[in-house]
Amino acid sequence: MRLTQGTFSFLPDLTDAQIAVQVEYCLGKGWAVSIEFTDDPHPRNTYWDMWGMPMFDLADPAVVMDEIRRCREAHPQLYIKMNAFDSSHGWEALRLSFIVNRPAVEPGFGLVREESRGRNIRYTTRSYAANKPAGERYSAT
Amino acid sequence: MQNSVAGSSADRYRAGVLKYAQMGYWQPDYLPLETDVIAMFRITPQDGVDPEEAAAAVAGESSTATWTVVWTDRLTACERYRAKAYRVDPVPGAPGQYFAYIAYDLELFEPGSISNLAASIIGNVFGFKPLKALRLEDMRIPVAYVKTFPGPATGIVVERERLDKFGRPLLGATVKPKLGLSGKNYGRVVYEALKGGLDFTKDDENINSQPFMHWRDRFLYCMEAVNRAQAATGEVKGTYLNVTAATMEDMYERAEFARELGSVIVMIDLVIGYTAIQSMAKWARRNDMILHLHRAGHSTYTRQKSHGISFRVIAKWMRLAGVDHIHAGTVVGKLEGDPNSVQGFYNVLREDRNPVDLPRGIFFDQDWAGLRKVMPVASGGIHAGQMHQLLSYLGEDCVLQFGGGTIGHPMGIQAGATANRVALEAMVLARNEGRDIWSEGPQILIEAARHCSPLKAALDTWGDVTFDYASTDTPDFVPTVTAA
Repeated sequence: MRLTQGTFSFLPDLTDAQIAVQVEYCLGKGWAVSIEFTDDPHPRNTYWDMWGMPMFDLADPAVVMDEIRRCREAHPQLYIKMNAFDSSHGWEALRLSFIVNRPAVEPGFGLVREESRGRNIRYTTRSYAANKPAGERYSAT
Repeated sequence: MQNSVAGSSADRYRAGVLKYAQMGYWQPDYLPLETDVIAMFRITPQDGVDPEEAAAAVAGESSTATWTVVWTDRLTACERYRAKAYRVDPVPGAPGQYFAYIAYDLELFEPGSISNLAASIIGNVFGFKPLKALRLEDMRIPVAYVKTFPGPATGIVVERERLDKFGRPLLGATVKPKLGLSGKNYGRVVYEALKGGLDFTKDDENINSQPFMHWRDRFLYCMEAVNRAQAATGEVKGTYLNVTAATMEDMYERAEFARELGSVIVMIDLVIGYTAIQSMAKWARRNDMILHLHRAGHSTYTRQKSHGISFRVIAKWMRLAGVDHIHAGTVVGKLEGDPNSVQGFYNVLREDRNPVDLPRGIFFDQDWAGLRKVMPVASGGIHAGQMHQLLSYLGEDCVLQFGGGTIGHPMGIQAGATANRVALEAMVLARNEGRDIWSEGPQILIEAARHCSPLKAALDTWGDVTFDYASTDTPDFVPTVTAA
C-alpha cells in the first residue's frame, strides 16, 4: 500500500527540487520548518520523532534540504515528513505537512474487528510493521 | 419636523397613536455604543411612508414598541430599551430601497441565546404592513455579546490537528442517490470514495431514518466503511452521520451511537432550529465531536435581495452557536452564489476579525474575540476541472464536496475520488510554487492527468460543464461610500 498522509501523497514522490520550492514557500510565509520521522505511521500516531528542533528564523531553504538529506541518511527506510509551523495568532499550528521519504516496502495496516453486542464492532487499526519491536520494523534500518 | 420626538412627557405618553419616529425610535444623532448590537436592514417602505419613519418602525417593532402609546412604558427605563434607528441611506441602484442602521442596547438580549437574538431582531417585524419588504443584511455583534457564546466546539485548527490534514482543502462527497440506497449499498459508496482519496463522505440533508434505510443500519455500515478505508490508506477518515430527527431525544440517541462507533463527526440540518443547533453544539463540545451543519432550507429566506435575511447573518449566528462546518457556497457550482458575497460569508466564518468590506457585503467591523473558526463547505455541482477556480475563490481552509463529481465518474467511485484528490494536490503544489493557477489552471490539470488516468477521464467527462447564471444575491454598494 501507499501511505497517503500528508499534503502531496497522491502525486508522484516530489523531487528534491520540488521539495525545495515548497520549503521556500513556507519560509516566505514566516513559518518554521521542522522534520520528523517514524517507524510507526499509524493514522493516529501524532508524535513522530523530531529530527532536531523546528528551524525558527531561517531564511535559506538549503539548510532545510541539508537536514532532510541527513535525516534520510540516518533513516533511509523510515517515513520522514516536513512540517511548516505558523506561530501567528489564531493558528499556532501546522500549515503544511508532507512526506519526503518513505520505506521501499510499505506493508500497511490490518483492521482488527471485535464483535460486540447489538451488531456493534470495535475496530483497531494495526500496522503490520509496528508488530515488530522498534528498530526492526522496516527492513534496512 | 414631524419626525422629531414628541416634546414633553405628557405629550409623548398621551393615549393614542404617534409616529414611531415621534416615539423616539429615530435618533439621527445617536452614536452607537461599543456594546450595542447593530442591525442593518434593507427596507422598502410602502408608497407614501418616508424612509426614516419606516426605519423607526422597524426599530420600534423589533424592540419595545407596539402600534399605540402605552403608559406602562413609564414603569421602565424605556429610553434605554428602545432600539434606535440612527442612519438611513438610499440603496445604490435600487430606487425605493434604503439601508437602515438600528442600534440595540446589550441588555435587550439573553446571554448566549441565538433564539432570543433572532426573536428580537426578526421576530415580529418582517410582516409589518407599512413595509413592502424587509431584509436583514448584516449585524455587528459586540464583543461583550460574542463572549457569551461558546463558539465552535472544534474549529478549523483543531479539526486539522485531529485529522492530521494540513495545507489543502479537505475533500468530501455526498452519497448519491440521496434516497433509496440500503444501508449495505450506502456503505459501499462511503468505502469506495474514502479509499479512493476523499477525507469525508456525507449524508444528505434528508437522509434520516426512512423505510429503505434505518439510521442504526446506516451508521453501522458507514463506520465499517470508514475503518476499512482508514486501514487501507493510513489516513484518518470520516463520514458525516446525519443525526437530524424529530426530537432532541432522538438526536441525542443517534449522536451517542455515532460516538460509540468511533465517528469523528456528526451532522445536523439547519431546519432543526437554532435552539436544537445550540444543544447539539454543546453536546459536540462535551464529546470531542466535529459538528457539521447542512444549511437546508436557507434559500427560502436568503436568496432574494429585497426580503428575508442575508446568509452572512446566518453565518454569524452559526459561528456564535458553535457549529464546526457550514455549507457556504461554491461560486462556480449549481447553487446560488455571487463570488463577492460568497467570499464575504467565508470571511465571516474564518477570520479573527472582519473589517468593513462593502464589495463583499460586510457593513461592520466585527471582532470575533477569539471565537474559533468555522470550516466553510463548498458543495453542489462542482468537479475536478474547476479546481483552480475553487482554490482561487475559496482558499485552502474549506471542504470541497464533489458528490456527482466523485460518484458519477466513468471509471467508478474510487477513480472519481482519486481524480479529485490528484487535481487538488497538483493545484496546491502549483500555487505554492508561485504559478498563476487562475490562468494556468487547465494546463496544470492536464499535466497532472498525465500520471493519473482517472483525472484525465474526469476532465474529458466534465471539463466543459459550467453553471453560468446571473446571481440574485449580490452586494449593492458604491465604491466610495464609507460605512458606519
